[in-house]
Amino acid sequence: MSTEQPLLRVRDLETYYGKIQALHGVNMDVYAGEIVTLIGANGAGKSTLMMSICGSPQAQAGTIHYEGADITRAQTYQTMRSGIAQSPEGRRIFPRMSVLENLLMGAMVSKPEYLDEDLAKVFALFPRLKERQHQRGGTLSGGEQQMLAIARALMSRPKLLLLDEPSLGLAPIIVKQIFEAIGELNKREGLTVFLVEQNAYHALKLAHRGYVMVNGVVTMSGTGKELLSREEVKAAYLEGGRH
Amino acid sequence: MEYFLQQLINGVTLGSIYGLIAIGYTMVYGIIGMINFAHGDIFMIGSFTALILIVLLGVTAAMPVAMLVMALVLVLVLAMAFTAVWGWAVERVAYRPLRGSFRLAPLITAIGASIALQNFVQISQGARNKPLQPLISGNFKLTDGGPDGSALIVQLSYVQITIIVVTLLLMAGFTLLINRTSLGRAQRACEQDRKMAALLGVNVDRTISLTFVMGAALAAVAGVMFLLYYGVIDFYIGFLAGVKAFTAAVLGGIGSLPGAMLGGLLIGLIETFWSGYFSVEYKDVAAFSILAIVLIFMPEGLLGKPEVEKV
Ligand SMILES: Nc1ncnc2c1ncn2[C@@H]1O[C@H](COP(=O)(O)OP(=O)(O)O)[C@@H](O)[C@H]1O
Ligand SMILES: [Mg+2]
Repeated sequence: MSTEQPLLRVRDLETYYGKIQALHGVNMDVYAGEIVTLIGANGAGKSTLMMSICGSPQAQAGTIHYEGADITRAQTYQTMRSGIAQSPEGRRIFPRMSVLENLLMGAMVSKPEYLDEDLAKVFALFPRLKERQHQRGGTLSGGEQQMLAIARALMSRPKLLLLDEPSLGLAPIIVKQIFEAIGELNKREGLTVFLVEQNAYHALKLAHRGYVMVNGVVTMSGTGKELLSREEVKAAYLEGGRH
Repeated sequence: MEYFLQQLINGVTLGSIYGLIAIGYTMVYGIIGMINFAHGDIFMIGSFTALILIVLLGVTAAMPVAMLVMALVLVLVLAMAFTAVWGWAVERVAYRPLRGSFRLAPLITAIGASIALQNFVQISQGARNKPLQPLISGNFKLTDGGPDGSALIVQLSYVQITIIVVTLLLMAGFTLLINRTSLGRAQRACEQDRKMAALLGVNVDRTISLTFVMGAALAAVAGVMFLLYYGVIDFYIGFLAGVKAFTAAVLGGIGSLPGAMLGGLLIGLIETFWSGYFSVEYKDVAAFSILAIVLIFMPEGLLGKPEVEKV
């Protein structure tokens, strides 16, 4: 895989919140067609990396290349129009818009003629959303909001889907459903997924490759299987995570 | 009864003008959480622009009706466009550079922008009242003065009809724009979660600019209506009208579009009825007192959204 050019390449990335440095030189790659996961403790900098890729906040040093183009200094809205979509931490559903309107927001950057087809696709993936399409986003359950956040991201027809902790706070059965949906999208449509998780066991089982982040730097990488079998990973991220 | 009906007509007319201005306050507040204190002066600019255009184009009541209507439509559209540019410029110059700085900073530049606009018009147009000969005269008589001709004749003037109809059309169109178009959706998205809107590819800066542009265009319409209705303007009209419209927006629930319309209507009615039945001197006190009372019992205004929905 290393001979071809990665879809996303992050090098020596440093991001600050004011004077506080959150990323201390992050390196990672995502190749087209892969599911790559990033695991790490709370506060490690995973969400910061996700958001830096989208330019919010912008990184202060290092580079981010997407499809070979440098997007380190791109405006958020430009990056999101170039084929990257994110389902962010906390889901960030528009609470006073209906489910359908939330999905239409996701379709903002895609061509209008794809709308019906794409709506049908995400409704097939998450039938619950179809039932609730006229309900306000703020009234959905946590699991439904997560489905909506992923569906909304998919509505832009991304090449690269960034998912920040889609399992957070959800019942195991819903987590399973969501992870299956991600796996299916990847297999069927070749969607490239970069998945941040604290739920390391499920994430590493699903992913082709994984990275471990500690205090703003990547400390380990390998295939999902390799990382699952590493003692350090087991000790730090897998106790009690095996549900 | 006749007197009541007449006050009602006058109140709805005034309320229409307040409502159009109030929309600009409420939309800007919704999207950047800030009161645009220069908005009243944008309304004033709209009014002056219309007056200048009327003079330049030589619009007079002596024109054939069809031509007069066309000329006034042209004045309206040009005033909207020109005033919209001012609204855009105020945002670019006074607010955008301060976005993300401490909360009071844009408040100070807002007041500065307001003073600057007033002084600009005062210096360039002079401080004296500017009169305009009535362009639309005539009215419908809704009552006939009773059998002995002693009762009040209730009148609905053509200007009042124009104002109410134009306002209703614009408000309906604007509501559709906000609720049904992708631009309106992007605006509401920025209102609810600006960061997420950007993550979906919305150009947030552009959306904020457009909000100012729309608010200014509607204020310009109010300015044109004000000019046609009262027939006299000066560089200071934006202050009181702005404060009233702002009161209307807060009364209706700041951030709420239907709230701004309802609030405008109510303030117009309160003011007119108070003047009609009690005293003209205290009409402003009446409007502000009602606001204070409503806010005590409904802090987010009549149609405001409760904050708890924030996720
Ligand atoms: N908006 C913010 N302002 C200041 N510090 C932040 C902000 N967001 C995150 N941080 C800090 O940056 C570090 C990394 O946070 P984050 O990227 O959210 O970690 P993770 O997603 O791995 O839990 C933490 O120390 C956190 O406190
Ligand atoms: Mg996080």
